[in-house]
Amino acid sequence: MTLQLQELNQRRRNAMDAMRQRWRGLPKWQRYLGVTAAIVFLYYLPWLGYFPGGEPPSDPMFGLEIPPFTYIRTDIVPGGNNWSGVLFTCAIYVLVALGLNVVIGLAGLLDLGYIGFFAIGAYSVALFGSVNSPVVRMIQREFGLSQDWAVAWAACIPIALVFCLISGVILGWPTLRLRGDYLAIVTLGFGEIIRITARNMDTITRGPQGISAIPGPEGPPSPDNVIFTFSDLKPWYWLALTVCLIMVFAVRRLENSRVGRSWLAIREDEDAAAVMGVPAFKFKLWAFAIGAALGGASGFLFASRYSFIDPSQFNVFISILFVAMVVIGGSGNMAGVALGAVLLVYLPERFREFTDYRFLGFGLAMVLIMILRPQGLIPSRRRARELADRAQEAPTNV
Amino acid sequence: MSELTATEEVAPVSPPPARRVLLEVDHVTLAFGGVVALDDVTFDLYEGEILGLIGPNGAGKTTCFNVMSGVYKPTSGEVRFKGERVSGRKPHHISRMGISRTFQNIRLFPEMTALENVMVGTDSRHKTSVPGALFRIYRQRPKPEELPQVTAEGGLPRLWQQTRRSFASVFGISRHTLEERAAEQKALDLLRFVGIADRANDVARNLPYGYQRRLEIARALGTEPALICLDEPAAGFNPAEKEELLKLIKRIRDIGHTVLLIEHDMRLVMNVTDRIVVLEFGRKIADGTPQEVSRDPRVIAAYLGEPTDAA
Repeated sequence: MTLQLQELNQRRRNAMDAMRQRWRGLPKWQRYLGVTAAIVFLYYLPWLGYFPGGEPPSDPMFGLEIPPFTYIRTDIVPGGNNWSGVLFTCAIYVLVALGLNVVIGLAGLLDLGYIGFFAIGAYSVALFGSVNSPVVRMIQREFGLSQDWAVAWAACIPIALVFCLISGVILGWPTLRLRGDYLAIVTLGFGEIIRITARNMDTITRGPQGISAIPGPEGPPSPDNVIFTFSDLKPWYWLALTVCLIMVFAVRRLENSRVGRSWLAIREDEDAAAVMGVPAFKFKLWAFAIGAALGGASGFLFASRYSFIDPSQFNVFISILFVAMVVIGGSGNMAGVALGAVLLVYLPERFREFTDYRFLGFGLAMVLIMILRPQGLIPSRRRARELADRAQEAPTNV
Repeated sequence: MSELTATEEVAPVSPPPARRVLLEVDHVTLAFGGVVALDDVTFDLYEGEILGLIGPNGAGKTTCFNVMSGVYKPTSGEVRFKGERVSGRKPHHISRMGISRTFQNIRLFPEMTALENVMVGTDSRHKTSVPGALFRIYRQRPKPEELPQVTAEGGLPRLWQQTRRSFASVFGISRHTLEERAAEQKALDLLRFVGIADRANDVARNLPYGYQRRLEIARALGTEPALICLDEPAAGFNPAEKEELLKLIKRIRDIGHTVLLIEHDMRLVMNVTDRIVVLEFGRKIADGTPQEVSRDPRVIAAYLGEPTDAA
């Protein structure tokens, strides 16, 4: 049985390698064309199974469906969520996974408190952009501004960015001297600190009541909004997707540079890296700050879309879910972690009839992955090779 | 260094004038609790020489290395490199000052390719950080040979290449790109220098033992050190491989690096070194040319006299 599995796995790996080879062998313009087609497809996704514009209930072209694809959508099952909404959630989780991949997959720092940065991103748009937030009220009183004044959504972006970078550095500065498990525990604590602070600082965050009327790109939520509305979530998805694509591009640039190499070196052997002239602390701090910024961006979009947040949305379970996305998908590989994120969001939405067994399935999947594919679904190529080698070494030690 | 170019040879250090002190180990004592690992050790290293550091097991050779490369801070005394204090500085700072080393138990970056391993070393002389790699705004005027070449016959590809070329000559090329090219070129040259370029793109973990040892040397050379410390580079080698290593060490010296060598193999040490320092129980017991040292009765008693060690 195990032998057969290994055999199968080997064949699959050979097939994957062959495909990779062929992809590499293509001329550059064909590869660009392929990537462009993939991106276009991602933007088409909200209409999946239909021709663009012909979505049910609003449909002049209803009936013109492309059958197999409609079954992928989440709104064909009873009580299923809006498909674009699910896609949006997938996109912001992919964004989180990308950020966490920098921290865990590249720099090798286990961060269990990632939800903290997500929360900081969400709270920075809430506190500065919503007319209901105590911070905005205070600014109104101080400067004698009108009752509906608040910081514009676009101006909240740099605020959130700065807050996240600073919080990343503040968390990193004292804790990055720790390694491995110790760092994991400290970051776990950080995530909780943020949540508990948000719940208890009534005068600033309105505590458990949460903050409503968080603005979107078109300003505070209102029936007059044309594009970013509550009923049609496609624009939200496209916005999140665009942010994701930009971030993929940015992280790729970092990965294939001096910075990316330094991160890998630190992950592999921090002491040796330091002796080879890598300023380990500086680059670990950068990894933390970049991870924080990506997590914050994700939280920012989350808060804008739902226009209401409260501290209970940022509990520690979601942090664990984030790490699971990275581990299941294949830490160190952006395609892998993105797949992990999409699966963990999409599967529970699509198979709602099994909602009660959600956590059972989740746990089982984790265990199976750890046994059968410890390097994740789409492993980073280098890491895959390492684990394969270890598997071969293992029997001699038993 | 910014003036690095793609064509530069592996010869970063100028030929030294005779007998200039490069490194001074000045009355260094290192105690771990009650155990004195190094006891008042003093010796100098001259520029351009190959110095052997020998002694029986547990004599404190590797500890001495660790003090020089910043892993340990001496309890008293200090190490000076080109007159500057080394002890107490951060390891990456010491590397930038010009000291590099290899490890007795190989410590490569196992999941990175051989080329990337060396590039981590060459990176230590580069400056691109996160903003530079992300935005690539800092640009430098390229030399003519660095500009994108126009090779296509005609049509759209040629137009594209010409556009890129004129863009690069007007706006310059980002420091990131230039450094990346220089690092790759330099790393390849170094892999050729130590003789393992045929497996440059293999992951370090999958390289044979002898390759890994030499890759460590290449990575250390990548940081452009004035002084390179080799910690038992011949451990586990057969006589033929040792012979090659001996030649390699001499070549390293010939391109202008000073070499400090810890080694157990007496034949290798006697053949390659200019001077030898002998440690025993953390103390220096002798210091001189191989001939002098091998005649020293204390050394013979401590080390050479034991036939098992003189393998």
